[in-house]
Amino acid sequence: MKYQSQAVSKLYFNAAIALFVGQIIFGVILGLQYVIGDFLFPYIPFNIARMVHTNLLIVWLLFGFMGGAYYLVPEESQRELHSVKLAKILFWVFFISGALIVLSYLLLPYQRLAELSGNAFLPTMGREFLEQPTIGKVGIVIVCLGFLYNIGMTVISGRKTVINVVLLTGLVGLALLFLFAFVNPENLVLDKYYWWWVVHLWVEGVWELILASLLAFVLIKTTGVDREVIDKWVYIIVAMALITGIIGTGHHYFFIGTPGYWLWLGSIFGALEPIPFFLMTLFAFNMVNKRRRIHANRVAVLWALGTGVMAFLGAGVWGFLHTLAPVNYYTHGTQITAAHGHMAFYGAYVMVVLCMISYAMPKLRGRVANSNKAQVVEMWSFWLMTISMVFITLFLTAAGIVQVYLQRMGDQPLPYMVVQDKLEFFYWLREAAGVVFLIGLIVYLCSFLIKGESDQHIDVSHKNPAINS
Amino acid sequence: MKELFTKSVSRNIYYGGSLFFILLFLVLTFDTHKRIPATDNRENLTEQVAHGKRLWEENNCVGCHTLLGEGAYFAPELANVYDRFGQSTDAIKAFIMSRPANGIPGRRSMPQFNFTDEELEALAQFLKYVNGIEAQNWPPNIQG
Ligand code: HEM
Ligand code: HEM
Ligand SMILES: [Fe+2]
Repeated sequence: MKYQSQAVSKLYFNAAIALFVGQIIFGVILGLQYVIGDFLFPYIPFNIARMVHTNLLIVWLLFGFMGGAYYLVPEESQRELHSVKLAKILFWVFFISGALIVLSYLLLPYQRLAELSGNAFLPTMGREFLEQPTIGKVGIVIVCLGFLYNIGMTVISGRKTVINVVLLTGLVGLALLFLFAFVNPENLVLDKYYWWWVVHLWVEGVWELILASLLAFVLIKTTGVDREVIDKWVYIIVAMALITGIIGTGHHYFFIGTPGYWLWLGSIFGALEPIPFFLMTLFAFNMVNKRRRIHANRVAVLWALGTGVMAFLGAGVWGFLHTLAPVNYYTHGTQITAAHGHMAFYGAYVMVVLCMISYAMPKLRGRVANSNKAQVVEMWSFWLMTISMVFITLFLTAAGIVQVYLQRMGDQPLPYMVVQDKLEFFYWLREAAGVVFLIGLIVYLCSFLIKGESDQHIDVSHKNPAINS
Repeated sequence: MKELFTKSVSRNIYYGGSLFFILLFLVLTFDTHKRIPATDNRENLTEQVAHGKRLWEENNCVGCHTLLGEGAYFAPELANVYDRFGQSTDAIKAFIMSRPANGIPGRRSMPQFNFTDEELEALAQFLKYVNGIEAQNWPPNIQG
């Protein structure tokens, strides 16, 4: 850690990990409700558990991004953070209001929450991922603005690097697009149209900027590769992300009452959307191959490579699978969508945040890297979580294919609930894989308890004389 | 990579490309607004339907169901439930009304929301309006 103020990121990382645990516990509950329909009913109905699961996911990823920014920006800007105090205050505001929102989901009927929070004045609730009471959304905006001010002031008055500027652009985009969460016309088609400006333009737009810059930062630090080379990669990756991803929003405008030309635009640009993710895979492997030293923190490098591979698989391959309109006609809103959603979120955003934590946390705790033993345990958690996520995805994909076949194709399509009964086997397997994921997460937590010093970096620059070119 | 692009060329592709596609997206959004009156069934978007949409949201129905393919995958698609229930709003109301408060042992069950008659009617009218949206012949068949 080069600057004192970077220490504030530790708070954010700790909160992120704690909420991640909550998310996964609710994931396991959801998976069980899929096979034991009345599990916890009527105390925690499926929709409530799902809201907790998905909102915790979004909130902990935001904590991860913010923590990542608070760690990265001072180091890139070569100065202390604008205000550590503001970062701490905003942390507690965000953490407490986030906790209150989740508790209110669990303790109140949702309809009652809508009433108490005055949803009637500015109705924004009850849409997927945007279930927070309007006042909670306002709180999120305020936290984001304060955060952007803090980061922005630091960037503006410090050294400007490509990583810094791309990260800041991504964070500004994140905040701006969230404002569309307040757009909720009575016309359902328009409601859906703008809902995707938050959801799609986040994960397949501005979040990719954040992803690329966090990944680039860890790669620069762990490989020692020349910044010029990394900068070019970052520009090309984020260029492709926005060039394909913005019009790619069209892959959600196929069947919601929007004009027919979106079938073409969404299919073509959707099909190009894997490109930035593929470039990220190449980027990660290329940089590690060209490295000038073997960094003592080997597990952080593993997470970086893992992000490259899994983001491409989940977003690129599983996204491509259903992005062409004639395919999406049959798969739209089935378990195929759930399969893709899981691997894409995990492979891209969960893994990059864990990568950042893996790199930064040892430094925040006063060492270059964790002891060998701690790293081996963390590597176990990497494999347990990653492999079980691959299996979750495969089982859901299998369920989705059978679902599409029985319910949407052929002369004798079967009713939804009849088909769900036939999928029970796959849902049990998914739940088993989910339990392994939870075990992997517990192993991850355990890796933090193992103390001790790390090995030294190994210089390998003589093997790579061409690095500076 | 490094042979193909210099850093400043890459930067220009990033800024130029993004700006171009943002503008194109805004133009397409404008055009979509102009065209959707033909497909979005707005002539049937009454006060009552708007109330139904609010109830749909404030009870988080989308936390279990899909509507035009978006939402959760735990319960049936509802954009065509009006057709599936024989084009009867009464059938929709009867279904919602009759959910057992304590669920069905071992099986997925919809909660009992205790809606008033007026609320039930609004919800049913909302689902009827959604059924009238022209969505490129989606869903593929009556089962949703
Ligand atoms: C990391 C990036 C990505 C994440 C986190 C992500 C996540 C998701 C999620 C959660 C959904 C479901 C939304 C809902 O609830 O309705 C979804 C839908 C979809 N995604 Fe992605 N996605 C990513 C990248 C991509 C890419 C690159 C493509 C195309 C190649 C793609 C294609 C699609 C399509 C076509 C749907 C609609 C599925 C349907 O019709 O039901 N996604 N994505
Ligand atoms: C223990 C592992 C997990 C289990 C058993 C699980 C289970 C589930 C279930 C049953 C749903 C609801 C699907 C529906 O609407 O019918 C869901 C939704 C979702 N989960 Fe998970 N989950 C797990 C882990 C994760 C992880 C690690 C992530 C993020 C990386 C995640 C992200 C999501 C997202 C984005 C949705 C919304 C999906 C969509 O709309 O397509 N889950 N999960
Ligand atoms: Fe998308």
